[in-house]
Amino acid sequence: MSAASFHDASPAIELINVNRRFLSPDGKSFATLNEFNLSVARGEFVALVGPTGCGKSTTLNLITGLGKPSSGEVRVMGQAVNGIDPRIGFVFQADALFPWRTVIDNVVAGPLFRGRSKTDAYAAGRDWLKRVGLGKFEHHFPHQLSGGMRKRVALAQTFINGPEILLMDEPFSALDAQTRVLMHEELLNLWSTTKAAVVFVTHDLEEAIALADKVYVLTARPATVKAIHTIDIPRPRILADIRYQSHFIEISKRIWQDLREEVQFGADATEAA
Amino acid sequence: MNNIAIGTGGSILYAPGTSDAEIEAAAVAAAIRHNRLVIIWRLTILALLLGTWEVFARTGIIDSFFYSYPSAIAARLYELITEGTDEASLWYHLYITMEEALIGFLFGSVFGVLFGVALGRNKMASDVLSVYIKVLNAIPRVVLAPIFILLFGFGLWSKVALSFVMVFFVVFSNAFQGVREADRAMIANAQILGASKWALTRDVIIPSAMSWIFASLHISFGFAIVGAIVGEFIGSRYGIGFIIQTARGVHDTAEMYAAIVIIVIVVLGAEWIMTRIEERLARWRPPALNDSNG
Ligand SMILES: Nc1ncnc2c1ncn2[C@@H]1O[C@H](COP(=O)(O)OP(=O)(O)O)[C@@H](O)[C@H]1O
Ligand SMILES: [Mg+2]
Repeated sequence: MSAASFHDASPAIELINVNRRFLSPDGKSFATLNEFNLSVARGEFVALVGPTGCGKSTTLNLITGLGKPSSGEVRVMGQAVNGIDPRIGFVFQADALFPWRTVIDNVVAGPLFRGRSKTDAYAAGRDWLKRVGLGKFEHHFPHQLSGGMRKRVALAQTFINGPEILLMDEPFSALDAQTRVLMHEELLNLWSTTKAAVVFVTHDLEEAIALADKVYVLTARPATVKAIHTIDIPRPRILADIRYQSHFIEISKRIWQDLREEVQFGADATEAA
Repeated sequence: MNNIAIGTGGSILYAPGTSDAEIEAAAVAAAIRHNRLVIIWRLTILALLLGTWEVFARTGIIDSFFYSYPSAIAARLYELITEGTDEASLWYHLYITMEEALIGFLFGSVFGVLFGVALGRNKMASDVLSVYIKVLNAIPRVVLAPIFILLFGFGLWSKVALSFVMVFFVVFSNAFQGVREADRAMIANAQILGASKWALTRDVIIPSAMSWIFASLHISFGFAIVGAIVGEFIGSRYGIGFIIQTARGVHDTAEMYAAIVIIVIVVLGAEWIMTRIEERLARWRPPALNDSNG
């Protein structure tokens, strides 16, 4: 077997026995990830659900290379992570757009940072804005858009770089329920054309099931994988009423059994602290 | 029941005074009335202050030798504008003071931003140097004036130096703070989008520190003028500070006040220009909710 074909067969993302410890403000070291294992195949959509503060964002940080594991291995496309990998795209929970740039200037930020020519970048930028339905808003500033529109800009800003790996940290948690469903459709649409491997962090179980191929349930801190649920709802999925289908509700109940204990446990731990 | 809108086949009937046009017109009229009232009150207070001053000085309630009075100041101001002083025209004096202040302001703010950003981006350097900056910042700026006169002479550069130190620390500490407050998610976003360290500083850190920097530029232009004038007090041949100093020597209080009026006008003008520039650069910001008069 040649090295190249071995490469292609390797998962997009692998975390192998990863530990991550942080220092508390009084200098004590505490575990956030404990013997954490995760494997995401190329083109696979994985959702991570777990109680608040369990270590979901920390996990994503390790994959981007912005953070380093205390021990264990983090691999992206078969190679150990070393710095920020250009094949990764990230959509943040908070508004991470540059407020002083217009919509189009936000979208072309990536290509320009990566050294593409201006004409190229702006042509691609306009194209992506059209795809997310914001063709008419090129010259608006972020503060002139609604929360949902800003998220669309963030999606265009990320997708324009053609990421092979897409990390999303509770990207839609600040949106109202109706807008969120629209964004889910938008996301699945964009994703189906790129087939990136996705790790989607959320605390909303229904969101995780509606979108993902696999749902990882994490334990309260220190996070380990408690259970992996395969979501066998066929694609393309009709998201508008998916959550009322009996099969969806069945899956939802099954996963909630796992999640409930952890949420409860996490809440108790927070109260005790 | 008869003060609500009733639909009658497409056109809407309103009770008197409740149509959109009437409500809008009433709001506009109220705003105009409000602004007019504000201006009237401002003028009234000004007239009262100046009037009282004039009357008190002329009737001897306050000593006009020390306090002068508005009409004398106005007359002296007119003379300054038309005839200047023995040494030079008013415009030349003003030009000298502005030259000193502007050069000091320019260098002070450029270096303030450079150092603020550099130290804000480098924790090691800022931890090491912060103690020195604290010490330097503790020196009251004006005590440096005589030293600068010794070092750089009576001309331009001693005043520039003083303006520089007046401006530098204010801009420096704001730029530093602005860099430190830059949003972490935004920085991470830029890094993942592919920004190099330098691109990150140029395209994310500096723009997001810009509102802090501008706030400091606003106040520090006034400080630059203070630096120039204090320098002129200590030793100079021209400038507004020089006019005030010579007027003091011959007990011409009216001229001292006239010079102060001139400098106030200059600072307000600079303030106005700065606000306009900031407005242009800050088009991206959401408008403030209760934007008072601009
Ligand atoms: N840079 C850091 N320094 C210290 N503690 C951290 C740091 N980042 C995260 N933590 C801690 O690690 C835990 C997990 O955080 P995080 O991954 O953000 O949780 P979440 O699952 O809500 O995304 C939290 O208790 C948090 O306080
Ligand atoms: Mg988080």
